[in-house]
Amino acid sequence: MKPPAFDYHAPRGLGEALEVLAGAGPHGKVLAGGQSLIPLLNMRLASPSHLVDINRVAELDTLVVADGGVRVGALARHAAVERSSSVARAQPLLRTALKLVAHPVIRNRGTVIGSLVHADPSAELPAVLTVLSGSVRLARHGGGERDVPAGAFFTGPLESAVEPGELAVSAFFPSLPPRTGSAFCEVARRHGDYAMAGAAAVVGLDEDLRIVSAKVACVSVGPVPVLLEMSEVCAHRPAASVDWAAVAASVRERIDPEGDIHATAAYRRHLTGVLAERALRIAAQEAAGEQGREGLDG
Amino acid sequence: MTTKLFGEPVQRREDRRLITGQGRYLDDLGQGALAAAFVRSPHAHARIRDIDVSAALDVDGLVAIYTWEDLPERVRDPLPLLIPHPALTHGRTAYPLARDVVRHVGEPVVMVVARDRYLAEDAAGLIEVGYEFLKPVVGIEEAANGVHLVHEDVPGNVGAHLVQEVPSAQGLGAREAIDAAPHVLSFRLDFERSASMPLEGRGVYARWDADDASLRVYSSTQTSTSVRMAIAAKLALPLPSVEVIAPDVGGGFGVKIVHPWPEEVLVPWAAMLLGREVKWTEDRREHFISSAHERGQVQHVRVGFDGEGRVLGLDVTILHDHGAYTPYGIIVPIITATQLLGPYRIGAYRVEFSSIYTNTVQVTPYRGAGRPQGVFCMERTMDRIAAHLGLDRTAVRAANFIQPGEFPYDQGLIFQDGRPLIYDSGDYPESLRMLKELIGWDGFPAMKAEAAERGRRLGIGIGCYVEGTGVGPYEGGHVQVTSDGRVHVSTGLTSQGQGHETVFAQIAATELGVPLEKVSVVTGDTRRFGYAVGTFASRAAVMSGNAIALACRKVRDKALRIAAEALEADPRDLEIEDGVVRVAGHPGASIPLATVAVLSNPLRYAFDEEAQRATQFSGAASMDRPPVQEGEEPGLEGRDYYSPIRSTFASGMHAAIVETDPDTAEIHILRYAVVHDCGRLINPMIVEGQIHGGVAQGVGGALYERMVYDAHGQLLNASFMDFLMPYATEVPFIETAHLETPSPLNPLGIKGAGEAGVIPVSAVIASAIEDAEGITIERMPISPSELHELRSRTASP
Repeated sequence: MKPPAFDYHAPRGLGEALEVLAGAGPHGKVLAGGQSLIPLLNMRLASPSHLVDINRVAELDTLVVADGGVRVGALARHAAVERSSSVARAQPLLRTALKLVAHPVIRNRGTVIGSLVHADPSAELPAVLTVLSGSVRLARHGGGERDVPAGAFFTGPLESAVEPGELAVSAFFPSLPPRTGSAFCEVARRHGDYAMAGAAAVVGLDEDLRIVSAKVACVSVGPVPVLLEMSEVCAHRPAASVDWAAVAASVRERIDPEGDIHATAAYRRHLTGVLAERALRIAAQEAAGEQGREGLDG
Repeated sequence: MTTKLFGEPVQRREDRRLITGQGRYLDDLGQGALAAAFVRSPHAHARIRDIDVSAALDVDGLVAIYTWEDLPERVRDPLPLLIPHPALTHGRTAYPLARDVVRHVGEPVVMVVARDRYLAEDAAGLIEVGYEFLKPVVGIEEAANGVHLVHEDVPGNVGAHLVQEVPSAQGLGAREAIDAAPHVLSFRLDFERSASMPLEGRGVYARWDADDASLRVYSSTQTSTSVRMAIAAKLALPLPSVEVIAPDVGGGFGVKIVHPWPEEVLVPWAAMLLGREVKWTEDRREHFISSAHERGQVQHVRVGFDGEGRVLGLDVTILHDHGAYTPYGIIVPIITATQLLGPYRIGAYRVEFSSIYTNTVQVTPYRGAGRPQGVFCMERTMDRIAAHLGLDRTAVRAANFIQPGEFPYDQGLIFQDGRPLIYDSGDYPESLRMLKELIGWDGFPAMKAEAAERGRRLGIGIGCYVEGTGVGPYEGGHVQVTSDGRVHVSTGLTSQGQGHETVFAQIAATELGVPLEKVSVVTGDTRRFGYAVGTFASRAAVMSGNAIALACRKVRDKALRIAAEALEADPRDLEIEDGVVRVAGHPGASIPLATVAVLSNPLRYAFDEEAQRATQFSGAASMDRPPVQEGEEPGLEGRDYYSPIRSTFASGMHAAIVETDPDTAEIHILRYAVVHDCGRLINPMIVEGQIHGGVAQGVGGALYERMVYDAHGQLLNASFMDFLMPYATEVPFIETAHLETPSPLNPLGIKGAGEAGVIPVSAVIASAIEDAEGITIERMPISPSELHELRSRTASP
């Protein structure tokens, strides 16, 4: 469990980092928090010849609430995002989901962008980015930047739209409109493990508290987070009169999970239905609660 | 005031060192040593065609590459079969490096030595081994069919077959007794594999001293004395030229009692050959695929009983999967077969096991060592009987208990030490009474009904066990009081974090009447104590504890003789308190133990002021006899051994309340209660710690851990990502109560406690889930996915 030899680069600025990455091309790998990469290296499952450690690139250590959402820089640790109250106000789903990511020591080191780029379909953050319709900003040496929407960013298990030579510099998580709530429910074998199944939900209500929009992003049931539009199934009803059994059944019909050593495909399908329903109900409650508070403030 | 430390919850003296990073583990040693790495078989069953090392030769820093053909006589021989047994008719052990055939993924094939571990792994990765595939034999029943063989010369893959039978008091055999019984049930049970999985893997570090022609080996082992004998024999070295030291060891749990491991022979051999220090530190993947597992069994049960639930006859047939080799013999299935009986008086008993080869990692004892399987079998049986008769589960158990007046109780079987299975003491009815009170057994139905009204599903479970502890043949202790008043205790068995430094010091301090701070303890270092067996079978406190107490009593007698002379008193009037020998009732007449130590060693040369008192012109010595009298030895020290007639039998009962989620099938342990009896307690806090750790491992075995082999013999979950050990978040708060029925077999009246916590947990959790769900639980562990599947099957049969 020792990595094979590699050239180690520790650039001090973004320009230098991009230049090194451009030079390394497909043989380069970016090291930020290292929570997935280091085990992969030690088990010799990855053997990049160039490791570009971006931990000294201070300009990537950013966390900005603006422009209707949260922009998370490539060096922002899970813990920093989780603890930020301005982030929690602008996009509460981030804190909700981050509490489910592994354990505090891992969150102290691991980064949000690292988790997105790692693109594990069982991870929470890709589902959050997906259900919020966020995006990832990619940069390359001499080539400017491009924003890739979540729907196009995750291309397969552990595969993303990041191309050789590119660096994911930030991600954008949009805030939710008024009377909109969110939730994340999952079941893991042990506290902090990758979930066997889980669902990130966003529900929007009209002024009469009827559901006008509902969607869930499901984890661990496909090669990428599986986004399901649930507005029709919720049938423009108040949460209390939605046919929730039909909602769960609809989720189960529309996913095609695989079994593994921790959960059969049938259990995953069942469980995703349960968790999607739970997440949608909580999100609907949150959405209603939001309006209640607004009413009081007014 | 007397120095009474035995029985006190003294804080562990080793913890400051161990939890502040001051521990010295194997990999902390030998920083300049060369590193070894191994090419291990990627196949479960294959014949080695050729080994091409040419690409590896270019690696800068490579020192040596060895295959089986490079090994000299003795080193190249198969590893020893440590515990032969007449029923083990086809015992087989591995070569230290595979010779022709590899029989499990992870078997070592080539040894690489390089400047550091990185380079050793680089070189190992460049070695090409050509294999011809053979049919892998995976799964107990597939193996038992005997269609394909793990060893060509072992028909049916049966390594051992053993039947033990105890007839009823009326002379009926078990099968007759069952046929004659009013009620009969038969069923099958499955128990999956797990493993010791210590935080620190194995490791060996060897230094050859060419000037001195001596070898020092550090090994992360549970038995340094036996590793030493094995190395001396393999390398043809005189025993006094070999030292083996177990440094701080980060957990053993059984896997490190196996020895010599291939690496324990090869690393010292390479160090000698190369004249360089060599170290090998096992990594986690190696530990998963190259060390040892335990547990996996299939059991077929037939039981006959009366209307009160009394077992009239019990017939158990066990298929035990021992993996590819049998270095540790058939200890595990023997323990299952004998300890299955638990605290019960069974009418007639027949047990038969077949120990079967498969192309998987070898199976050797892991904490509990066959008992969790046996207890699962018996406790599932008790629950089945209760369900069949509509009786309370505790009532059925109580109806079968051996009563307090029946000890010593002879179960009529031969135990793992080759000696009769005779329980020394216990009080099972009282233990059950305490447990029911602790968990609130009688009030549970109301609690369950109330929860059900709120849509919650609760269940309660129980499990009872008896554990043979303190297995022989012997341990020894050496105690020396030096002229500074310090007490140096050593014993040959090893420590893996249990708290031996504390409890052995408590025993010595109590026996000698000295403050705890004056006592230091060394374990597992053959330079200090050469005769020992090892740490396993919950035996350290019983064996070394009693040996140290006996050695202390020798020292105390000698100290009193010398002090009596100096004080001109009768030794019978003397007592030792706080390190000072006093004439009882005469506070002025006293002499420090330190001074007694000085006087015990007649000197010619004075090296300090204290020592002057023992020199030849000091006037202290009598002119009427030699300075060292006949029958005496210089120095205030003593050595003694404890060798028991047979094992002591600790016992316990656990109960748990679990909640299962009706929708997600998640299983949560809400409460966990333990009543534990290990005889007299040396240190209740350490006993509780042992129980907590055991229960934690038991929770792992019940709900999380399994070794998932595919049909090709590949271990699919050989990492901590997929082999799920419980975190602190998965282990419930454990409520503990102690019962003390002293053992009549040893001077201190103690029994072992090391394994207790793990033993009944799977049985208890199965019982509780069954109660919550109303679904029969026949296999453990159980996951939410499996519970979901059981529910689906029950809903649509």
